[in-house]
Parts: sequence; structure tokens; C-alpha cells
Amino acid sequence: MKKRQLAALSLAVIMAAGALAGCGGGQDAGTTAAPESEETTAGAEGESGETAAQAEEGTAGDGAVYYLNFKPEQADQWKALGEAYTTETGVPVTVVTAASGTYEQTLKSEMAKSEAPTLFQVNGPVGLASWKDYCYDLKDSAVYKDLSSDDFALIDESGAVKGIAYVIETYGIIYNKALLNDYMETEGAVIASADEINSFDKLKAVADDIQAKKDELGIDGAFTSAGFDASSDWRFKTHLANLPLYYEYKAENISSTEAVKGTYLDNFKQIFDLYITDSVCEPTLLSGKTGSDAAAEFALGEAVFYQNGTWAYGDIQDNDVADEDLGMLPIFIGGEGEENQGLCTGSENYWCVNSKASEADIQATLNFLQWVVESDTGRKALAEDMGFVTPFSTFTEEYLPANPLVAAADEYVKNGTTSVSWNFTTMPSEEWKNQLGSAMLEYAQGTGDWDAVVKAFVDNWAVEYQAANN
Amino acid sequence: MDKAIKRYFPVFVLPTLAAFTMGFIAPFLVGVYLSFCKFTTINDAKFVGVVNYTKVFTDATFVHALWYTALFTIVSVVLINFFAFVAAMLLTRKIKGTNLFRTVFFMPNLIGGIILGYVWNLLLNGILLQFNKTLTYSSVYGFWGLVILMCWQQIGYMMIIYIAGIQNIPGDLVEAAKIDGANSWDILKNVTIPMVMPSITICTFLTLTNGFKLYDQNLALTNGEPSNMSEMLALNITNTFYGRAGWEGVGQAKAVIFFILVAVIALAQNRFTRSKEVQQ
Repeated sequence: MKKRQLAALSLAVIMAAGALAGCGGGQDAGTTAAPESEETTAGAEGESGETAAQAEEGTAGDGAVYYLNFKPEQADQWKALGEAYTTETGVPVTVVTAASGTYEQTLKSEMAKSEAPTLFQVNGPVGLASWKDYCYDLKDSAVYKDLSSDDFALIDESGAVKGIAYVIETYGIIYNKALLNDYMETEGAVIASADEINSFDKLKAVADDIQAKKDELGIDGAFTSAGFDASSDWRFKTHLANLPLYYEYKAENISSTEAVKGTYLDNFKQIFDLYITDSVCEPTLLSGKTGSDAAAEFALGEAVFYQNGTWAYGDIQDNDVADEDLGMLPIFIGGEGEENQGLCTGSENYWCVNSKASEADIQATLNFLQWVVESDTGRKALAEDMGFVTPFSTFTEEYLPANPLVAAADEYVKNGTTSVSWNFTTMPSEEWKNQLGSAMLEYAQGTGDWDAVVKAFVDNWAVEYQAANN
Repeated sequence: MDKAIKRYFPVFVLPTLAAFTMGFIAPFLVGVYLSFCKFTTINDAKFVGVVNYTKVFTDATFVHALWYTALFTIVSVVLINFFAFVAAMLLTRKIKGTNLFRTVFFMPNLIGGIILGYVWNLLLNGILLQFNKTLTYSSVYGFWGLVILMCWQQIGYMMIIYIAGIQNIPGDLVEAAKIDGANSWDILKNVTIPMVMPSITICTFLTLTNGFKLYDQNLALTNGEPSNMSEMLALNITNTFYGRAGWEGVGQAKAVIFFILVAVIALAQNRFTRSKEVQQ
């Protein structure tokens, strides 16, 4: 009997230990600089008697920073920057990066925790709508004062600065100059120079011809696969869909709308048809194609054109395509006056400081942000390591990234073309984008028709706008 | 002995009870409360009444997920139990290497659902590629892909339970039946099946609830594509909660409905198969 009791007791102990260990483990999970931050926090607690008065004055001696980063491409760089700040100032910085496409989900569950992120991101006015109660007014912050223009801030009706953009990005059709040159040397090439591509018709003529000569050129197709896996579908349901939206807003002279008309959806169809016909793969395979598939096809020289933005440089560099062979074209859809159309430039990355965090943490976060945009280490990390073009006046000439795609984008601005603004930040909801993406995929693989895309674009806009604003 | 048990009762129950309360009862009650609220994070919930519940059934994806899940559950319960029983019958005969076969059949169950999902995603996509299709081309592919995956994963586990049941049948019962002139079909119908009824109860319960609650495999294999057409209930609930701003409460309401549904079905099934069990 004794033995049995002992066994039962030890089992009970093991269970309890397991349960408790489970709890403890859960709290630590996800913090990257866990050991350091714990030590520092413990140290600060020990001295809290002395530092309490100091903290009240707002010097944030015992605050901590927790940044929930949106961009997986720069996850390691942010972590390194956080560590550098901790070494320099002793303030613990935790950086967690949400996996691609799961930011809102991660944010929602992280914000419910007692150790919530002090610094997070929203993707524009629509994203801000669901988080506005959590956004600290940044009007008096140093980082806002460093901003070169109010165009890069999210300012609400009462004049409170809710979010600050920290990176300006550009997208278009990235092309491989070497392959395009090869093409221009073939017999009967439609163009003699890349500059001649200044309209949809030209683009289509070139793409069709390249597709026809793909064996001669030793490539698989003109465009990379328009994959509709979650890692890639935003290139179409969000970024490509921005173009018909841009032309409609321009024609109507508005900057957002309750109900979209879909005037330029035929143009949208043209360009999308081009992407899926002159492609490296059959449209029936698109549902499984990922973002890395498309990046690999381009980086290995299997396709000439690749719709993506400046952020894609990290994925395609150091492969078969040399840096000097990277060029970018505007996404032509056949809108009026498109010979002057430039690349799509804007931001969907806004920093917000969690207003529900403790005073000390807020102050620590503001200090951190100031350090990021003002110190040499911070500016160097953002410009060189992460390759960001930022909207801050502190980033002078020597703090420009060595990204050939950024250089290509700069050239377009210098040539006097009009940049296409990022109107997709006014799309009514994520659900709207998802439904559009599904309809586009079904159209592409032949299981649905274009009417469904139009319906998802136009009818659903009103529905989702109502749902989001009531 | 009785006294000792009574005396130490709290010591033995407390850890489990505490874990159960923290890990199940408390979140469950909070969850039910939240289904009547509007909220962004669970800390700032505002009571709004039954609005969320009225929204649930206006959501076409939920209704679709409901019947898609029901269909999947029926198909998978039938197939898994049938094949598991057949395998158990074969492996309780005196064949060489039964232990090896049992181990091999059981092994898929040791692999996590997410990993299995990705592995089968690769395998099935590799085959479909020959026909220029992918698993997410249509929900039909996703459906049968899931059925294949779940059969592969669960047949071994259910087989072990059936083997235990079959081995428990007293040899004299079978012998008596044989003397009475029963052929092997009669023995199966009148001796084996009634005698393994407790195993059948457990196995149908497990496969039924597993089918309804399926999440990992669904997420990894198709993630609901295309157009949420291969989305099952659990995935639909997560996507509603996390994927749609302002719909968190609706997701929570769906979860409560989901709980009631699974509970009712599981209890009904349990009662039905229990009634078929016989005393030894």
C-alpha cells in the first residue's frame, strides 16, 4: 500500500509541476531577449526605492520596450538593433516579429496580455480604426518632430497623431535587364529599349512576344507565377487592385469612398489576364504558388517580369540576377495619361505607441524611437541593414540604402513621372481583400468568372464599408 | 483503505482540479461571456447582448463550414472505423510479424497534425501536379485529401483499441459458436461485434469528435482554400475571431454554438452505442 501511495503522490506532484511549468513557459515564450530583459528588470526592481522619484519625473528609468514588428524580411535586423540599444542604455528591448500574414492575429492576442507590446504597427487609416483606442498621441514626441511631412502621419479629427510612417516603399513590375536585352536582340523584337515600354499595349506586346520566344530565350515565361498562396496573394488582391482604384479616385477627385464604382475594372482584367497568360505556369497551379516561388523564378532568371516592391530586394539579391540588372517598370493598366504614370509609392507601415502601457514603458518606447531615428546606430540600421527609405528629416544623404530597386524608384521620380499613391490603405477591410483574392483566383484557374471579381470589388465594398463603420 | 482515500482526497484532486479550472472552466466561462460582447482585445469587452448570435447564421461561410464538417465527419468515421476494424481482425490472427505491422500502422499517430498536413500537402500536390492541378484548386480535392490524411493518421490508433477488444473475447465463446455450427460470418456478426461493442463506442466517439474538432490538419493542408470552401468549423471560428476586425464576438458566439453541437452529438452517440453493448 505504501508504495502505491507514494506512486500516487509523486504522480500528483509531477502533474502539478507540469501544470506550473506550463504556465511559466507560456509567459517566456516569444521574448527574444528574455535572459537580458529579466536581469535588467530585476535590477530595476531592486532599486525601485531610489528610482521611484526619478521615474515619476518621466525619465523612464525602469521602462521597457516591446516592439511587435510587422516585417518578417527585417526580423533579424530589428532584433540586433534592439540588443544594441539595450547594451547602450540598459533599457530592455524585446522585438517579436509576427509570421508573414499573421500580424493582426498576433497583435490581437499579444495586446490582451499583461505584458502587451508598447510599440506596434497599423497599416493605415483602416487598420487604425480598430486600434485607435490603443494609440498614444504622438504629437509631442521627438519622432513626430523629425517627420518631414504630415503626409506620413495618421492624424485623427481631433488633431491627435495616432501613427507615424517609418518607411516609404515603392512597387511596380521588377524586370531583369539582362533578359530584356537578350530579348531585344532577337529577330522582330517589339522594342529596342526598355524606355519604350510606357503603356499597357506596349507592355502586352513585349510580354506576348517574350512568351512566344521563351524557348529561344531559355526562360519559362514572361511573368513570374501570380501565386495565390497567402504569402503571395496580397500582390494582387491589394497591390494590383490599387491601380484601378487609383485611376477611379483620380477621375472622381476623391481620396476615399463609401462605395466604389469599378470604372477601371476592365483595365484591371487586362493586366491580370496578362499576368496569368504570359506566365511561367498554368493558371490551374496558381492556388498553391507561394511568394518564394515567384521570388525564386525571378531570382534564377526563369522569368523577366515580377510584380513586387523595393522590399523584395533581400529575397532576390545574390542569385543569378546581378544588382545592376534590376529595373522597375510602372504597372500599366491602360488608364488615361499613363505615359506619365510612375511607380506606386507610399507606406502601409505606421508606428503606434500603446496608450494602455504604463507611463514608464511609454516613455521608454518614445526614447527608443527617438534613438532609432536620430542616433547613428539607429539610422545606419534602418538605412543600410534594413534598406528602408524613411520619411524622417534626420536621414540625410549618407543614410540612403544601397538597394538598386530604391535607386530605380528614385530615377522615376526624377524623370518627372507622377507616382501612384497607395490607395489600398482605404480598402474597407481585410475581408474585402480576401474575397477579392478568392474571386480572382477562381477566375484565373477557370472555376469562376470575371463577374464574381467585379461583384467582390464593387458590391462587397459597400457591404464591408457599412460593416466596418457601423 | 477507504478512510485513507477520503483523507487524502483533496491532495490527489487538487492539482488536477486547479489545472482543470485554470485551463478549462475559467476560460470556458469567460468565453461564454465574451460571446455576448463586442471587443478588440478580451480586456476591453463591452456587453451587447445576442447581436453576435444573430450574425452567426447570416454568415454564409459558417453555414458552409457546418455542412462541410458534417459530411467530412460522416465519411471519416465510417472509413476509419471500417479499416481499423479490418486491420484489427487481420492482425489478431496468427500471422508472422503481427507486432511489426501493429507498430508500423500505429506510427503515423505519433506525428503532429500540422506536420502531417504539410507532408501530405507536398505528397498530394506532387501527384496532382501531373494533372496540372493543386490541392487548393477545388474543395473536392481538399475534402478527399483530408479524408486520406485522417485515415492514415487514425486507423492505426483505432486499430489498437479494436485489437484490445478482440483479444478480450473469451475463446470458449468462439469455440461454443463453432460447435453450434456457426461459420466465420456468423461468428463475426453474433459474437465478435457484440463483444467489442465497448471498443466501438470509444472509437466512434473519438473519430466523431476528432472529425468535428479538426483544425491542425485542415490549416496545414488547405487553410480553407479556395474561397473558404474547404474550411471546417474550427478553422472558420479562428478565422472569424482573428481575421475580421469587429467580428471577434461573432467568432466567440460561433465557438459556443460549436461546443453545444459537439457536446450534443457526442452524448447522443455515446448513449446509442452504449445501448448496444452486452454483458459478458
